[in-house]
Amino acid sequence: MSPGAAFLRKLRAFSSTGVALFSEYRAELLLWSLAGVIPLIMMGVWREASATGAFPLDPTEFTRYFLAVFFVRQATIVWVIWDFETHVVSGTLSPLLLQPTNPAFRFVVWHLTERLARAPFALAVLGIWLLLFPDAAFLPRLGDVCLAALGIAASFATRFMIQYAFAMVGFWSERASSLEELWFLVYVFLSGVIAPLDVYPEGVRTVAAFTPFPYFVYFPVQLLLGREENVLRGFAVLAVWWVLGYALYRVLWRRGLRHYSAMGA
Amino acid sequence: MMRTLRLLRLFWGTSIAAEMEYRSNFLMSALTSVGGLVGAVFGLHLFYRGGILLGGWQWEEALMVLGWFTVLTGVSRTLLTANLGRIVEHVQRGTLDFVLLKPVDAQFWLSTRRLSPWGIPDLVFGLGLVLWAGFGRGVSPVHVLVALLPLAGSIVILYSLWFILATTTIWYVKIYNVTEVLNSLLEAGRFPVSAFPAGLYRFVFTFIVPVAFLTTLPAEVLLGRGRLSAIAFGLGLALALFVASRAFFRFALRYYTSASS
Repeated sequence: MSPGAAFLRKLRAFSSTGVALFSEYRAELLLWSLAGVIPLIMMGVWREASATGAFPLDPTEFTRYFLAVFFVRQATIVWVIWDFETHVVSGTLSPLLLQPTNPAFRFVVWHLTERLARAPFALAVLGIWLLLFPDAAFLPRLGDVCLAALGIAASFATRFMIQYAFAMVGFWSERASSLEELWFLVYVFLSGVIAPLDVYPEGVRTVAAFTPFPYFVYFPVQLLLGREENVLRGFAVLAVWWVLGYALYRVLWRRGLRHYSAMGA
Repeated sequence: MMRTLRLLRLFWGTSIAAEMEYRSNFLMSALTSVGGLVGAVFGLHLFYRGGILLGGWQWEEALMVLGWFTVLTGVSRTLLTANLGRIVEHVQRGTLDFVLLKPVDAQFWLSTRRLSPWGIPDLVFGLGLVLWAGFGRGVSPVHVLVALLPLAGSIVILYSLWFILATTTIWYVKIYNVTEVLNSLLEAGRFPVSAFPAGLYRFVFTFIVPVAFLTTLPAEVLLGRGRLSAIAFGLGLALALFVASRAFFRFALRYYTSASS
């Protein structure tokens, strides 16, 4: 079998198990989507605040911004570290290692199929919010949509790569996910989830621009809304962090496998 | 009463002993707690940079709301997540049987069996922020005394909501993350409820997910602005939710069929 055909077969196998898995846990997925309402809560406060305060965005723009944040968050959520941690701690990583393919492949495909299963809930929430705030409805330009799709894909890829590299720490520690929790803390405050970076003090924005965080959420949102943004820099920063994540992953993966003792075997 | 205290000492003593296995986590959770609080204060400050009073609240007053929110997060992390998150496991494995057979109130056992010290930094820093901001606003000791009731009430409300949701796992084993939804909705408690647009937002955060009574009301009472009717309603709500959580648990148990036996 040619490598291409083998790849397609694996892809089909993993995506069909993924679809089966996630449609079994529909109710859970619905709840996970609902758990992503924080941008919608922040939208309420910012909408109210911008009605009277001096902010760079008006209430309608804030509403659009946070709707876009909600959408981008739903499309780029990564949870591989918890999955990986469970596999290492319980020893179920062993059968995955016996398969003639890198386990990372399975996790990527599962994340992608989960997006499909999640989409209806996320779209329903978006629809309800547009009914509540019809002033925020707008049709993004086709070019912006394409660019934003690329931005979302890049954001997801980099988030995944970095989290997967963190997950490798699980070979040595039972609580690798606390690394992700710490990382997520900075993510929340610098990625644009709680507020558009436009309202941040200049100094914080400058510092944030050197971290990957604003490019995970704020950058694709800007692209989607068709607002001015340094497109090349955004993709370049994401690419650099992807490479860093990949390098870390390769190093930790090789050493980790040697260290792995297959709990319960 | 003495028996309850003795049980609590046993429960929490063993829990802490077990958690001490993971001492290095403490540093991590203190770091997370401080980082989260700094970020939250910064996030709140963004509104004041625009030259507004958030929902009519002065900066220190809004900090008191945020501080009390942090305390409630600490309560969730020390008691609620540690205990109520396990109910689903008991149902899944059928070990709820053993709990029900113990000569102690099952709800009490399920709610207090474990204590996770990792939420303590949140409790400490949150209380610190409330006190610091409160002194900044010249909160009087009388108001602190009066506020004890709504403060306790807010903890009871939080607990009852959690417990009711956790109890639903007796029917729907798979939806353990329903509490994640509650947690993210409760995020609204970082802000005084008047910071939200009038209408749907405020209605939801007052009556459906009562964050107004969780953080706004206690802060108002501390500031001496609490209306008696609101305090009475808040306490009534706490009592009603607590009674409801007990009744709901008993009702749910009728549908508990155990597992693998």
